[in-house]
Amino acid sequence: MPFDQILVQIVNGLVNGMILALVASGLTLIFGIMDIVNFAHGDLFMLGAYMGTTVYLTTGNFWLALAGSVLGMAALGALLQVTALRPLVGRDPLTTILATFGLSLVIQNYALWQYGPVPRKLTEPVTGHFALFYVEYPWYRILIAVLSAAMIGALYLFMKYGKHGIWIRATTQDRVMAEAMGIPVPWVHTVVFAIGAAMAAASGVLFGPLVGINHAMGFDFTLKAFVVVVVGGMGNLAGSILASIFISLLESLASIWVSPAQAIIVSFVALILTLLFRPTGLFVPTPK
Amino acid sequence: MSTLAPSPAGRVGAAVSRTAADGPSLSYWIGFALVVGALAASPVVLPEFWQRFATEILIWGLLAMSSDLLIGYTGMVSFGHSAFFGLGMYGAATALLWAPRGGALASMWNVTPKLWAAMAAGLVAAAIVAVFVAYFSTRLRDIYFSITTLVFSQIFYVIIFTWTDVTGGENGLTFRQPPFEIPGLLSVRFSRNGLHWFVLAVVAGSYLLLRRITQSPFGMVLQSIRENEGRTRAIGYHVERYKIVSVMLSGIFAGLAGVLYALQNKFAAPDFVLFLISGEAVIFNVMGGMGTLVGPVAGAAFFLLMKEVFSRVFYEYYLIPVGVIFMLMVVFMPQGLLGFWRRQLNH
Repeated sequence: MPFDQILVQIVNGLVNGMILALVASGLTLIFGIMDIVNFAHGDLFMLGAYMGTTVYLTTGNFWLALAGSVLGMAALGALLQVTALRPLVGRDPLTTILATFGLSLVIQNYALWQYGPVPRKLTEPVTGHFALFYVEYPWYRILIAVLSAAMIGALYLFMKYGKHGIWIRATTQDRVMAEAMGIPVPWVHTVVFAIGAAMAAASGVLFGPLVGINHAMGFDFTLKAFVVVVVGGMGNLAGSILASIFISLLESLASIWVSPAQAIIVSFVALILTLLFRPTGLFVPTPK
Repeated sequence: MSTLAPSPAGRVGAAVSRTAADGPSLSYWIGFALVVGALAASPVVLPEFWQRFATEILIWGLLAMSSDLLIGYTGMVSFGHSAFFGLGMYGAATALLWAPRGGALASMWNVTPKLWAAMAAGLVAAAIVAVFVAYFSTRLRDIYFSITTLVFSQIFYVIIFTWTDVTGGENGLTFRQPPFEIPGLLSVRFSRNGLHWFVLAVVAGSYLLLRRITQSPFGMVLQSIRENEGRTRAIGYHVERYKIVSVMLSGIFAGLAGVLYALQNKFAAPDFVLFLISGEAVIFNVMGGMGTLVGPVAGAAFFLLMKEVFSRVFYEYYLIPVGVIFMLMVVFMPQGLLGFWRRQLNH
């Protein structure tokens, strides 16, 4: 096996891993705080990408498309949380899977209806390439990885030092106590869902130029994000980021030998092994 | 789904004393006979389009009942029933397309009644997959169980989709419908009505069997796992074993539904292994009422009817209104259409 092919796949894996980390950290945030398993997360990602194409068509500017999509999806996320998920607070977490599954069907078919079955493409803002062994590697992919890392870093700083970030962490730790201390817990939930949706939208727009955007692409990401969140330890932000990179590297390396469709099985096997032998997650300290 | 069940401890206890003593009441059997009678008469009185529709409702209803055994009775939401359903389809299709060359095997195969061989093959395929999935997934609870079953069904989808030599890949497998055979007695080709009655007989039989299972001491243990797993384990039941058997039984009945669907449509396609089918099975349960067996069939009928009505207005985007109705039902009507009959249906 040629050594440079492995190295190129490692770079690919890292880039895909950063996009996945951006999607998965939104999912983790939502799960950790609200116990909501968001089945529609990949569809928020897909809708965000489509929203990016709409803004791009009117303004012609990729960065405006990114900003517009992020703001639009944050607003939509807040609306969805208030209307569809708030009534389910305190019920069995399984009912939230059902509700978000319904949401996923609605969003997918709405996208199909609104944008049609022909995949759409976003144009990347940076078109240069550089030589990486035998391929001309696009700078844009590197940019995606850096931007994703920056956004996750910003989220981390916000959660660690921002006043509202501290509210969010307090709600995660103890919902009742947080409420008693005067934190408006229902609104914290809404804002967290909005942040999760916005991060999904950002990754959708960033990912858009790499593939054709279509209404069914969300499901793959929902599934991958689930895998990552479980492998990384449910509700653990750092764990899910590491797991994103780990899983994407596995898939990239596997795709040297098998077709990309079959490479997905590698990550599924990683999930099942994790669930069997270390159900608390690979990248978290062993609970006492 | 403990929060959805009315008064946990009392219900299980009451059901035990009641079924052990006298079984279902006379009015229950009258109701059952009326429904089956109406379904048997439906192909004679309905126009051709609705005939086929009624047969489909029965088949999807069987899939829904099979997943009700897990969702409604054991309290585990499976998002992987498409794997069992699809394997049932592919098992039947492979058996019907199989033609051994020469020798004693071929001459034996030529006199084997194909219909029953196909059903047996479908059930065996679904059962093998069910054992495999059950062994791994039952170690996990709640959403982890759901995610694992979903992942398993995706694995089987990828295998079936990419293993073109055996499964036909994207095109799937097509075959001729086998005749209805009773060895030594008769062999007739299925008429449209004949197929409907055959499906009705299988589905009604499966219903009675599933009902017997859920009302048996074994079924009572499943229900007590749903209500309080820790306590069931503390009493001394081997919870994992019960869960494995429950997933296997559920998988076998889902496979049976797959076989029937393959026989009706004369093909097996990878689309039916895709997770959307699993999602629909869950929708049927939520809409119709979990833990009633009859409810999921009603849910399947309701869903298919809505699909029919809305696709005339919204064309292929019918899932937008159907999805909204589903979400409203999750929020405002978690017991489903027939949930209010839950007590009566479980006596």
